Amino acid sequence: MNKYYSWLILAALIIVVAILPKPLVISPTASVIVTILLGIALVWVLVLTIRGHLIGRRVVFLFIGASLTLPFFMNFEMPIKVSPEVKILYDALAKLPPGSKVLAAFDYDPPSAPELQPQADAFMAYAFKHDLKVIIMGLWPQGPQQANMSIDKVLQYPEIRAKNPKYGVDYVNLGFQSGNEFVIQRMGSSFRGMFPRDIYNTDYDKIPLLNGVENFSNIDFVFNLSSGYPGTVEWVQIAVDRYGVKVGAGNTAVQAPSVYPYLSSRKLTGLAGGMSGAWQFEQATQQPGKASTYVLPQTFSHTVVIAFIIIGNAALMVSYRRSKRGEA
Amino acid sequence: MKREIPLIITFVAGVAFVLQYFIPHYPFNRFENIFSDWFAIVGAFAIWLGALSLMKLCLLNISKKSHDWPISLLIIISFLSIVIAGAIDGFHGLNSVPATSFRDPGTNFDWFYQNVYTPLSSTMFAILAFFVASASYRAFRARNTAATLLLVSAFFVMIGRVPLGDYLSGWLPERMQFSQWANWLMAFPNTAGQRAVMIGIALGTVSTSLRIILGIERSHLEG
Repeated sequence: MNKYYSWLILAALIIVVAILPKPLVISPTASVIVTILLGIALVWVLVLTIRGHLIGRRVVFLFIGASLTLPFFMNFEMPIKVSPEVKILYDALAKLPPGSKVLAAFDYDPPSAPELQPQADAFMAYAFKHDLKVIIMGLWPQGPQQANMSIDKVLQYPEIRAKNPKYGVDYVNLGFQSGNEFVIQRMGSSFRGMFPRDIYNTDYDKIPLLNGVENFSNIDFVFNLSSGYPGTVEWVQIAVDRYGVKVGAGNTAVQAPSVYPYLSSRKLTGLAGGMSGAWQFEQATQQPGKASTYVLPQTFSHTVVIAFIIIGNAALMVSYRRSKRGEA
Repeated sequence: MKREIPLIITFVAGVAFVLQYFIPHYPFNRFENIFSDWFAIVGAFAIWLGALSLMKLCLLNISKKSHDWPISLLIIISFLSIVIAGAIDGFHGLNSVPATSFRDPGTNFDWFYQNVYTPLSSTMFAILAFFVASASYRAFRARNTAATLLLVSAFFVMIGRVPLGDYLSGWLPERMQFSQWANWLMAFPNTAGQRAVMIGIALGTVSTSLRIILGIERSHLEG
């Protein structure tokens, strides 16, 4: 019978999800009650640990699962404070006059999309609203596809639909090019050399937006969304260092710490790091999107991880105490 | 000659590539473009090589009925499905007016990308959250001073990077709030550590590159 339990639970979950009204958002009071219950459960785990009953990893998984899923249905107002890195990025974008040419490098794939896609959406929406001309490319094969998803989404916004941005005039997708940092290096002398055609197989010279765009000297700003290699580090080392172009970046939380040296040396013009960076970027550009929803589960999960670190250290203290008693 | 020719090619290419960086005049300035084009072409061939190598490995697994051969079969089916879908959409797009791309919303390739590739790869990545939490519980312990410092830093960064940090420390002066602590930790101790790592990697890269260019390091020619 035991082996059927997981299937029964799964079936019950599917039925519950199908029955519940959508979108399901519980009231602030109910949200507070759920949060308090979660907190009490964590305190109970702490008490158990102090008493010497160590919990298994399945309990940790259960708490993480609950802390990641329950907040999606909660209704909390979170205080927002835009970090200095995100403010620098936003200020750099805000300084660009209408008609400025921005190169958007999409160097990530779907696993990093929860953190980077909201940044991409916020950026594309901001660019279209402020009449920035966007040239899209990718050093990762999946990058241009992610860009298409973002464009497809923001074109549904009424304000942007009213502006009716046109492909080839207001934005263009040059697609993926293999060669990692050498692509950036070659673009320093000729964009056409690396991207002779766009994703629709249109010749570079026949795309109106690319008239007069030879190399980085014709680009006003580079916005790089990156989750690894090749990515922001390569853009800074080649595009910024050798060709003097301004580069701002959106990074995953894992990668963000490694580009901080470029921020303090002002090689990197702003950084939105991870989910919180995406949330702050959405707030700064006034394009609330998925990051504004995702930040609450992240807050809960961070809190649960901190709680388990405390519980783990309580377990360590208990074991020390026991070993001392044993010695005595 | 099997060893000498690759060594000569490595030496000439390596020296030329270093020279073009420092001498921005003809003919050295042409090298950069030529080498960059070569690298892109070699990179494109490497993608094919990787795909064919994967196919060969999977076909071998299936023919030998080795352990987990159904997974190899699944890889081949998945690979061919998305390649065929992309190819059909690509050819269709070339012939349609205006031209469309296989990446466009609504294509077969896009269906695979959105409904198969994206959820599967996101799921694999999302599972990390559970393992990170479990590992933090079991391994993140204040056993000594260094571990305690790491623990305290992690606490401030984790709490300071989410709105809860400022919510809890809102009663403190602004520069004492958790988000400011997190910003300080990232901007100073983290930057210092990252710089040390970067400088170390750069020195290591220079010394290894010199050894390869001068033919002292030859391990890449083996195997």
